[in-house]
Amino acid sequence: MADFLMPSLGADMESGTLTEWHVEPGDVVKRGDVVASIETSKGIIDIEIFADGIIETLLAGPGTEVPVGRPLARYRPTGTPEPAPGVPPSPHAPPTLPSVPPPQTPSATRPATARRLASPAARKRAAELGLDLDKVEARAGGAVTLADVEQAAAARPAAGPTDMRGTIGQAMSRSKREIPHYYLGTTIDMRSASRWLEQHNTAHPVTERLIYGVLLIKAVARAVTRFPELNGWWREGRFDAAHAVNVGTAIRLRDGGLIAPALLAADRRPLAELMHAYQELVQRARTGGLRATELASATITISSIGEGGVDTLYPIIHPPQVAIVGFGALVTRPWCSGESLVAARVINATLAADHRVSDGHRGSAFLVAVADHLQRPEDL
Amino acid sequence: MVTTDTLRSAVLEALLDVAPDVDTSTLDAALPFRDQFDFDSMDQLNFVVSLHKRLGVDVPETDYPQLATLAGCVDYLSRARGGS
Repeated sequence: MADFLMPSLGADMESGTLTEWHVEPGDVVKRGDVVASIETSKGIIDIEIFADGIIETLLAGPGTEVPVGRPLARYRPTGTPEPAPGVPPSPHAPPTLPSVPPPQTPSATRPATARRLASPAARKRAAELGLDLDKVEARAGGAVTLADVEQAAAARPAAGPTDMRGTIGQAMSRSKREIPHYYLGTTIDMRSASRWLEQHNTAHPVTERLIYGVLLIKAVARAVTRFPELNGWWREGRFDAAHAVNVGTAIRLRDGGLIAPALLAADRRPLAELMHAYQELVQRARTGGLRATELASATITISSIGEGGVDTLYPIIHPPQVAIVGFGALVTRPWCSGESLVAARVINATLAADHRVSDGHRGSAFLVAVADHLQRPEDL
Repeated sequence: MVTTDTLRSAVLEALLDVAPDVDTSTLDAALPFRDQFDFDSMDQLNFVVSLHKRLGVDVPETDYPQLATLAGCVDYLSRARGGS
């Protein structure tokens, strides 16, 4: 028998609230199947199982808040469990999911019975609304009622972006506190890439077109395969190099949030496939349905300012990763081409990396490699 | 014959495919989308893909600037469909 645990979707996540089971006892599950959805400050996330098996018992019901690393269900494994994609087995963590701390002792967690007294209807509604019952006032004293929940919901500010801002704040504070960043920048000639992209898009129907952002992702992914010290995680006082290249892509949400799910194995996927995966990832980031693997397995991140933005972005590393690449807007600027001065499409690339793992010499060679890949877009 | 109203609602539906959280009732038809809400190059492409699915119009990339506003979209699509 094995436990299916609440995964950690970030260093700052302490618990998640189960919103829905997608399986029931007796169901046969395969590695990678989405078995449940949980609500976190990053929104509703679909979580997968990383073993083949048969679901035995569901240990938490919808609406239950479960600490990271605590069991959500029990299952009977029918195969050999494998680690999540791109995450090397760590002696410090269970092999099922990345960055799950050792389970706490039962006494250290908040048992379900110690929860706030509330009517079942109130509990259900609070879960639907994503309200913390502990923060709802029971106006009649005693148990929290449905009316109390509705009242509290009406009174709260739009919760999503605020929660997400808190999450971003925590992760970035930790990054600035713990990671000795160094920064490098260069301007990349984007004439070849822009020309190639234009020709490609003219020759292909709208459903097969690419955007330059996907060229940047592929160029970074290809380049980093030769710089393992920029691709992985700093955990428990040491660097774990990743075996796969999972590129976190910072996606701006329209309510003001920001999330960086990963495009898995980005170095190995053909551009057309990567583009479709990227389109789909952006869509799911905005409408819900991101998977736990996508949030927990990024090995390096890219943040792009996009059109109409400033020339240069100085990104902050997303712990436990050790490097992040920033791209400013794609702009036309004076450029020396041989002995002549021309107007050229260029983009500023910056690297912020962790000095505990790499130094500026290697970081510089990496940015040069990214630029080189972008001079040969047809080979990407 | 496709009316302007039909095209207009198809454009708004395509917009909602890309940006489900946009309030189309307050959209200014003469102002560029990107001045009214976040609309990046990925959104632009997905918008054109959605127009293609709904109306069968394959807009070349060089014509994207003509699709910057709601009014521009309706004009462009009437011409594109009128000519086919």
